[in-house]
Amino acid sequence: MAFDGFSRRKLLEGTAAAAVAGTLPAQLAFAKDLVVGFIYVGPKDDYGYNQAHAEGAAIVKSMSGIKVLEEEKVAETLDVQKTMQSMIELDGATLLFPTSFGYFDPHMLRVAEKYPKIEFRHCGGLWTKGKHPANTGSYFGYIGLGQYLNGIVAGHVSKTKKLGFVAAKPIPQVLQNVNSFTLGARTVDPSITTQVIFTGEWSLPVKEAEAANSLADQGIDVITVHVDGPKVAMETAERRGIYCCGYHANQQKLAPKGYLTGAEWNWASVYRSFVEKAQKGEPLPNFVRGGLAEGFVKMSPYGPAVPEAARKQADAVKAQILKGGYSVFKGPLKDNRGREVVASGKAFVETAIELESMDYLVEGVVGSTA
Amino acid sequence: MDQFSTVAVALLAGSLRVSTPFLFVSIGECLTEKAGRINLGNEGALVLGAMLAYATSYETGSPWLGLLAAMLGGAALGAIHGAVCGLARVNDIAMGIAVMLGGTGIAFFFGKPYVQPSAPLLPTIPLGFWSDASQVRSALDVSPLFFLGIGLALALAWIFRNTRAGLKVRIVGDSADAAKAMGLPIGRIRLLSTVIGSGLAGTGGAFLSLCYPASWNEGLSSGQGLVAVALVVFARWNPLNCIYAALLFGAAGALGPSLQTIGISKGYYLFYAAPYVLTLVMMILTVTPGRSLRGMPGELSLVR
Amino acid sequence: MVVFSAVADRDAEAYVQSPAAESALDRSYPLRRALEALLVPLMALVLAAGAFSLFLLFLEKSPVDFFALVWRGAFGNWFSFQNTLQRAAPLLLTALCVALPAHLGLVVIGGEGAVVLGGLAGAAAALPFLGAPPVIVQLAMGLAGVMAGAAWIGLAGWLRARRGINETISSLLLAYVALAVFNHIVEGPLRDPLSLNKPSTAPIGDVNMLATLPGTDVHPGLAFGIIACLAFWVLIYRTSFGFSCCVTGGNIRAAKLQGLPVARLIIIACALGGACAGLAGVIEVAAVHGNANASLAAGYGYSGILIAFLARHNPLAIMPMALLVGGITASGGLVQRRLNVPDATVLVLQGMIFLSILTSETFYGRMRWFQPRGAV
Repeated sequence: MAFDGFSRRKLLEGTAAAAVAGTLPAQLAFAKDLVVGFIYVGPKDDYGYNQAHAEGAAIVKSMSGIKVLEEEKVAETLDVQKTMQSMIELDGATLLFPTSFGYFDPHMLRVAEKYPKIEFRHCGGLWTKGKHPANTGSYFGYIGLGQYLNGIVAGHVSKTKKLGFVAAKPIPQVLQNVNSFTLGARTVDPSITTQVIFTGEWSLPVKEAEAANSLADQGIDVITVHVDGPKVAMETAERRGIYCCGYHANQQKLAPKGYLTGAEWNWASVYRSFVEKAQKGEPLPNFVRGGLAEGFVKMSPYGPAVPEAARKQADAVKAQILKGGYSVFKGPLKDNRGREVVASGKAFVETAIELESMDYLVEGVVGSTA
Repeated sequence: MDQFSTVAVALLAGSLRVSTPFLFVSIGECLTEKAGRINLGNEGALVLGAMLAYATSYETGSPWLGLLAAMLGGAALGAIHGAVCGLARVNDIAMGIAVMLGGTGIAFFFGKPYVQPSAPLLPTIPLGFWSDASQVRSALDVSPLFFLGIGLALALAWIFRNTRAGLKVRIVGDSADAAKAMGLPIGRIRLLSTVIGSGLAGTGGAFLSLCYPASWNEGLSSGQGLVAVALVVFARWNPLNCIYAALLFGAAGALGPSLQTIGISKGYYLFYAAPYVLTLVMMILTVTPGRSLRGMPGELSLVR
Repeated sequence: MVVFSAVADRDAEAYVQSPAAESALDRSYPLRRALEALLVPLMALVLAAGAFSLFLLFLEKSPVDFFALVWRGAFGNWFSFQNTLQRAAPLLLTALCVALPAHLGLVVIGGEGAVVLGGLAGAAAALPFLGAPPVIVQLAMGLAGVMAGAAWIGLAGWLRARRGINETISSLLLAYVALAVFNHIVEGPLRDPLSLNKPSTAPIGDVNMLATLPGTDVHPGLAFGIIACLAFWVLIYRTSFGFSCCVTGGNIRAAKLQGLPVARLIIIACALGGACAGLAGVIEVAAVHGNANASLAAGYGYSGILIAFLARHNPLAIMPMALLVGGITASGGLVQRRLNVPDATVLVLQGMIFLSILTSETFYGRMRWFQPRGAV
């Protein structure tokens, strides 16, 4: 455990220093090490979003000269502001990673204004030069293409040509995933449909199980998810004997027979690069983003049920994606109400700003956003 | 399958699945309240039971041992509640909230290492083997706990009506004076009812973690324990009505996702609130002022 | 021997009636009663701390380290203390939502619903007034929030007064319904189209937000909370309205026999409590978020229940109790990081404290030393 040798004397010393120093970080407490703080909105071991970040943090922990602080289940209210301040004042953190989307505005921004010498990096793509302070920044992973590959594999495997998606809320990031999944499957067979069910919250195990069962009842034989903790849906799918594609982290262990592949975050490389730069004293980049091509996102190894044809096609598309500049949303593209959402001749790469205000479900998705 | 039957089967399935924890907690609460005590801590017993069941099943490999552990854990929590409420001047509603907090806290605390692993689950009985449709088959894939719950409800109803023990419980709950006149050990009967009731709530929790949704994490319960208290009022303290009420709630809970599958997705939050609205409406319709709720035990602190 | 002489009798009578009959010990009874109100909960807290220490020892963690960290994270320095104050601020108001109806013998636990609806109403009410001077906007928000909260809990009170429906269950169910309605509206009709990935209502604008109290990092919710606690203490203990409430709470039939308007009292008390909770919601919007979004449902209502019971529903006692619970929560993060224990530890501690204080209720009036000494 990291703080075994932490004597009471140091505790009092640190308190005195913090009280005297006011807003300056209490560097007496951890003199030589770089103190990095991670803040999660949910539990670290949710087999999902937070676990992906925690796995990255674990890599950072193994680096020398680093002390890692972690706090989980911090709500997106003043709580996170106080947590950040507490990490800075009482523990001497100089680099903070608040990982949940809702931490950015106003919470992280307010705290960043108060502590101009501390660096804050947020997971989400909101940092704008000139609008936000220089000691803040964003790192963002584009995982839509991962769902696209999921869709390709699902398209090959599905026998009923019906896919399912258990989603939390109809926000652009989620809609992008639903659409990418569907578009990927339809490159295999244009008659494939995806049924989406919104549970309304990021983590509601009973609703997610209910949704997964409802989808299976419909004759759907491959599902995927966008919720904070995919564990329940994956296990339910396995029990119903249908296939599943993972998200956030690798859920192969939960569904040994039915797991096809999955779109996982690969935060380790992102965190490592930030921390190394901080250790060397170099300025940290303010806006870092990438997808499969940049190593921010990776695909799970294929499960036993994936046929050779699926692997070949998925690998081929992946190779194209890795070259960069691949676009899934290209015209002409209609939504499931018949409107044209991407004009003919246009194509949006994954980093296109237009995709960040997506409010439609493409043709082939059964369900609505409202 | 056409839309109507899809939703109907989904509601049936939801009814059978989601209702079981409600069933157990409401029967347990029914027993406790018949004896004149209200136990809001059943939510804590539910969560604790879920955690203990999962953890024990994982550690020992036997889900049945997990079930037993859940019962014992719930009973222990009930013992604390019962013992303290038996002291004078302790408000049992507040105590129930305290037990709920404490039980939930302990469950989350010790349950941390069990969020990730997968524990062996309780087997189900495939009652739908006669059907070709996978939907029907999975809908009728019922857990033995469901039948246990129904059996317990029937047994409890019979006990209340036909046995001396049931009569004693009812007297203690209806009128402490009459009980004292008869020389019944009020404190002991109430304590026992609370302990058994809480143990049943723990069993309901075991269902959550070992049958459906068959996972342990901190968001497992969405207030089922507390809603079950409302269920008991709705059921007029009759264990048989508890069965119907639990089935109704289970169906209401399954309404949201199943409606989305047939394309009705506007306002899904409102559908998720359906069970609670249902209870409120039922309470409004069936309770009138002046006349206290028919069937309510006289000693319950709901009466003022 | 003459036992009952007329002289002795007269002397005895005179002794009983003379002022000297009030011995010095009896005059200290009010002091002893106050001491009882202080010592019993204190003992309960100490016992809870002791039980929790055993729990920690069982886990091979040092209780000394734990409490040192709690002290440090809650009160040890100015930053921590402000953290505690900040967390206590909304709890003062939500505790009042439980404490006020409790004087009538009602147990209302649906404050969470009033908080979110109050916040939503406040955020919505700001929108037509944007561009007007901030004072107007804030007034509109405050009014809307207070009325929304009052209406919601008042509804539970009405159901109790007019239909006899138990307010504990109805307020709880209403809280769930409120949450569902809140989510529906925030993500549907009132959703700000620019709030893409975190559905919220339209922002009220930085100019309309409440600034922190001067010299501190704490928002005005603290001031509102303290004023509300003081005001309601006066209301309950020093006005005839408050007295009527206590009488009704003591024995509802006697109150009715006396002609007290019991139904009206119930509804008003619930509405006042709901108004406090609604105010807490509006302040969260106006001082922290700037709009209404899902983070508003942060459990303030439920923590308020705990504090109200800890304070035995006395508005003055709510303040130190809110500080205690706020402090424990504030130090939770530090404890989590340093001792490597899950955050549920704080839940367990709160549960034990709650249990201990509720159990200690039974000791009031049982210990001889605190009781009035009779002249006979």
